[in-house]
Amino acid sequence: MFKITRRGALQGAAGLLAMPALVEKANAQSAFDWKQAKGERLEVSLTSNPRSVILTQNQKEFEELTGIRVGSEQIPEQQHRQKFAIEFATGKPSFDIVGISLHVNKRQVGRAKWCADIRPMMADASITNPDFDFADFSEGAVAYSTQSDGRMDTLPEFADPWIMYYNKELLAAKNIAVPKTFDELYTAAKALTDPSKQIYGFVGRGLRNANVVLWTSFLLGTQQRDTVDGSMKLITDTPDAVWAGQMYQKLMRECAPPGSIGFNWNECQTSFMQGRAAFWIDGPGFAAPLEDPKRSRVAGKTGYAVAPAGPAHHHGALFGTGFGISEASSPARKKAAWLYLQWATGKQNQLRYLTGGAGAPARMSPFKQEEALRGAVFSMDYVNCLSDALKICRPGLPEIVPVTEFRDTIGTALTNMVGGADVASELKRATDAFRPVLEASERAT
Amino acid sequence: MSGNAATHSAPLAPAVATPRRRNYARRYWMFVVPAGVVVISVILFPWLFTLFMSTHEWKIGGGHHFVGLDNYRKLFTDERFLWSMVRTLYFTALAVIGPMVLGVAAALVFNRNFPLRGLARTIFILPMMATPVAVALVWTMMFHPQLGVLNWLLSQFGIPPSMWVYDAKTVIPTLVMVEIWHWTPLVMLITLGGLASLPQDPYEAAKIDGASPLQSFWHITLPLLAPFLVVALIIRTIDALKAFDTIYVITQGGPGTSSETINIFLYLQGFAYYNMGYASAVVVVFFTMIVGLASLLLWTRKRVKA
Repeated sequence: MFKITRRGALQGAAGLLAMPALVEKANAQSAFDWKQAKGERLEVSLTSNPRSVILTQNQKEFEELTGIRVGSEQIPEQQHRQKFAIEFATGKPSFDIVGISLHVNKRQVGRAKWCADIRPMMADASITNPDFDFADFSEGAVAYSTQSDGRMDTLPEFADPWIMYYNKELLAAKNIAVPKTFDELYTAAKALTDPSKQIYGFVGRGLRNANVVLWTSFLLGTQQRDTVDGSMKLITDTPDAVWAGQMYQKLMRECAPPGSIGFNWNECQTSFMQGRAAFWIDGPGFAAPLEDPKRSRVAGKTGYAVAPAGPAHHHGALFGTGFGISEASSPARKKAAWLYLQWATGKQNQLRYLTGGAGAPARMSPFKQEEALRGAVFSMDYVNCLSDALKICRPGLPEIVPVTEFRDTIGTALTNMVGGADVASELKRATDAFRPVLEASERAT
Repeated sequence: MSGNAATHSAPLAPAVATPRRRNYARRYWMFVVPAGVVVISVILFPWLFTLFMSTHEWKIGGGHHFVGLDNYRKLFTDERFLWSMVRTLYFTALAVIGPMVLGVAAALVFNRNFPLRGLARTIFILPMMATPVAVALVWTMMFHPQLGVLNWLLSQFGIPPSMWVYDAKTVIPTLVMVEIWHWTPLVMLITLGGLASLPQDPYEAAKIDGASPLQSFWHITLPLLAPFLVVALIIRTIDALKAFDTIYVITQGGPGTSSETINIFLYLQGFAYYNMGYASAVVVVFFTMIVGLASLLLWTRKRVKA
């Protein structure tokens, strides 16, 4: 027999009170006209990565929802950067939506005003789904997508906080705890290095350009944290910068495999995957190959931790991507593109990123979907690590136009350090070489 | 018919033939137009535009303004460019000499009759058919200092491991090794074609005169092959000078800048730093260099033929 309890009555009352809000939300949801740009055609230009694969695979869902046809291309990251910059410069790009690496192209795109400001679109209730929930995007990701003048010319899609991978088996064999600081990391890596067995305590990027982000990971832990100050002056030869350089040099020279001077992420991944390295600091997107038992010797033995802390601060380097709408597109296409952005960065696709091991989404809600995450490819350790890393992350590269030149110049100095050169002199030389480039670039702003 | 008449009458009555020739030119000039348009739009215009850009400070995403010859002045004081030039010449010298010597040697071997010669020739030319980028990716894996097959092979012979492309001292010779593996078959094919066309009489005469095989090679084969070798030399030199894909995929110009050739430098300036004006100046200098070198080789070829 049905029995009324005090708890049941309270739950029922709470449900009744919440009903108007739920109904209103449901109405708003059903009232939103996804078909308002039906018949339009969009061109989407993305970089090749697992997230673009997810979007392309589910594109039909968007086409059925909106009646908009989508043509999408995926191009390797470096070539994609060149392609979209050149196309934008022509004034008539072939795409309406473009995926932009914020850590490289943010200032360039912002300065040239190639992408439309999405704030007015977001504020327009007739074209923005009430369920869009902008507050769900992480603060860091939103800050990354916002230009210094307040314009928001991209919608955050993906946040890439660097984490530390470690080989549980190697650490357990020597009873070494997961390091919490960079100094502890160096001590642990040194203790684990055994060249006679071809086991090395640390592996990291040594290749020019790619190596700069490892150095800035160390720099983020110092008092100064950044590579340019508030007045856009280069501060890459300061005592803090030298400390970060010395940490880089010690780890790479004393604890990393020979030949690391030319390692990019793929060589690092190979070394770590074969169980030859104990620690590896890099982007979070490598969990899939590391946990693949067919390819990896460390599947099931890989631990995930946030980047260690420095002497003054605790941050992980952040990189990220945003989706921009071409300013050159017609108003009708811009409207269709805004609908695409809402779908692409919607909660469902962002959850797909996380459960598919494609990296950290820009929204926070996927991390709360415990049920969905339990059935995901990766352990909760990985998911929790990503979530924690997002809370402490900070941009890993300066927000300047000549980012690639900066990376090449400082990267050459770092390579020389791995070769044994003096850290302070190398940083001084690189800073002197890059300073006029940055000054010229800032003058042109 | 009229054409024949004109040809026959030309030496006898030039006064009549000249207007006819002019008439031809006027009547058929339109047939030259498509080719002319193509040449102007894909060769002449890009060149003039490159020259124009090279006299400007030109940034993608930024403005551009006239700077005269500043980009050229900057080039010749830019240490990074000057070193990239030195590396290009060093790389080119090794990447030409290696395939030339080995290609000629291979051609001499494959010119002889032996069982399964056809199969052996086919296997030998296989590297040439592979896509450079794919080849470079495979070599990159093989060069891995700990896990690459090359160091494993060395260890089987008790030779200590090499750092291959992961060391500034060995990177260019290692890249040259990939070039040699890839392009020796081309030199072999050109030389083999030359060997097949050589007359047999001089060899028979030399044999009667008691010449040794080495003397025959030195005094007969090599001089007769010279025009073919010069062709191979020109092709290899131009190819080596403009080598980009292999170097970019394997080292991206590293470690540091130790394998940064002019092409890599040019690519970075143009498409990574977006300095189109400066990159255009590099193109002009590099083009002048290639034209100069090719002219020298063609002049040598003429001398050899003469």
